[in-house]
Amino acid sequence: MHKSAAATARQLGLITCHDCHLLISEEQFQAHPHCPRCGAHLHQRKPNSLTRTWALVWTAIILIIPANVLPMTITSSLGTKQGDTILSGVIFFMQTGSWEIASVIFIASIFVPFCKLLILIFLLTSVQFKSSWRPKDRTSLYRLTELVGRWSMVDIYVVTILVALVKLGAVATIEAGPAAVYFAAVVVTTMFAAESFDPRLIWDVIEEKI
Amino acid sequence: MPFHRIQHLLHKLLPGTPQLRPVEEISPPFGSDLPAGSLSVMACHDCDLLNRFPERVTRTVLCARCGAVLYQHKPNSIDRSLALTLAALILFVLSNCFPFLAMKSGGFIQETTLLTGIHELWKQELYGLAGLVMLTCVLVPLLQMVGLLYILAPLKLGLRPAGQAARVLRLVQEVAPWGMMEVFMMGILVALVKLGHMATIIPGISVFSFGALIFAMAAAFSNLDPPMLWARLDLRRYA
Repeated sequence: MHKSAAATARQLGLITCHDCHLLISEEQFQAHPHCPRCGAHLHQRKPNSLTRTWALVWTAIILIIPANVLPMTITSSLGTKQGDTILSGVIFFMQTGSWEIASVIFIASIFVPFCKLLILIFLLTSVQFKSSWRPKDRTSLYRLTELVGRWSMVDIYVVTILVALVKLGAVATIEAGPAAVYFAAVVVTTMFAAESFDPRLIWDVIEEKI
Repeated sequence: MPFHRIQHLLHKLLPGTPQLRPVEEISPPFGSDLPAGSLSVMACHDCDLLNRFPERVTRTVLCARCGAVLYQHKPNSIDRSLALTLAALILFVLSNCFPFLAMKSGGFIQETTLLTGIHELWKQELYGLAGLVMLTCVLVPLLQMVGLLYILAPLKLGLRPAGQAARVLRLVQEVAPWGMMEVFMMGILVALVKLGHMATIIPGISVFSFGALIFAMAAAFSNLDPPMLWARLDLRRYA
C-alpha cells in the first residue's frame, strides 16, 4: 500500500468517540473515560468485540433452526388447522404464481439471515487468523451486513398484519406460530452481532503484521 | 493541553499538515467565519485511518483507505430537517388516528388500526414479539422524531441548545438501526398480495400517511448534519 505517511488514530494514541467522532488523547481518556464533547463512554475498540460477536452468532445459529422448522403462522379455516413454515410459505407463493412475493420472502427471511451469519463467521475467522486478504472488501462486506439485516423483519411484520386482519370467526383465523418468536430472536441477535463487531479489527491485524 | 498534544503528534507524523487551531476555535459556529484552508482531522469509524480534509468542504468525503463515508455536505440542514421532522410528526399522528386496513370477505368486515396487530400478538401471549414490533415501528420512530424536534427547535429559534441535547442526539443516532418503518411498509405490501386472492382489502388513510411518513423520516435524517450539530452542542461550550 502507498500509505507510508498515513497513520491510524490508534498508532498516534488517539481514541475516536464512537458517537461524535471527536479525537481524544489517551491521557485524557485515562483521566476521564467519557467524551468531553458529547458525553459518550469511550473505548478504543468495541469492548470484547470478537467474543461478543461469536456468542451472538452462535445464539443465532441455534435459534435459526426452530425458526425454519416450526410453523410461522397457523391458519384455522372451517375447523382445519394448517401450520406454515417460512419455506412452505415461499413454495406456496411460487406455486400460485406470485413469484415477486415469493422472492421477497425468500430473500428477506432465508437468504439474508443465512448470508449474514456466514459473512459474520467469515469476518470473525479472518480476523482471528490475522488474514490480510482484501481488507477493503471485507470492510464493505461488513457495511453490507449492517445495512441489510433489518430487512429480515419483513416476515414478522407480515405475520403481525395477517394476525390483525384475518379474524373471520369460524371461516378463517390466522395466529402467529412459535417460529415467529424464534425468527424475531434471530433477527435481533444478528443485528446485535453486527453491531458488536468492530471492523477496525480487520485493519489492526494487518498493521500489526507490517 | 490534550488537544495541543494531538496537534503536535499530528504535525510530527503527518508532515504537510498545517498547524491546527484548538477545537474551540475550529468547531463552533459551523465553519461560517473560518478562514479557507483550515483542516479537520477525522479517524475513520470503520478502519481507524486518520483522514484530513478542508473544514469547509462542500462534497462527500470518503475514507482514503476503506471508502467509508466520513463527511457529507448538508446545506441548510437545520431548516430542512426541522421542517421534515414536523411533517413526519403530523403524519405519525394521522397514521395512528385513522383506520389502517380493512378486510371485506362475504358479510364480514374486519377493520384494523396500526396497533391492532400488536394488540393481537399481545393477546396471544407473544409479549416479546408484540413488544418488538411496538418498539421498532412505533416507539423508536416516535423517539427519533421527538428527539430531533428537541434538538433542532432551539437551534432554529436561535436559543441556547436544550439541556440534554447532546445526550438526546446520541440516543437518536444509536437507536436508528431499530427504527424499521420502511420494513413494515414492505410487510404491508406482502400481506396485501397474500390476502388479495381471498378477500377485498380496503386501505385506510393510515396506510397512505404511513407511506408518506417513511419518506419524511428518511428525508429528515438524510438532511441531518451530525458534525455541525456536534460542534454546536459541544458540552464544553455550555459547561
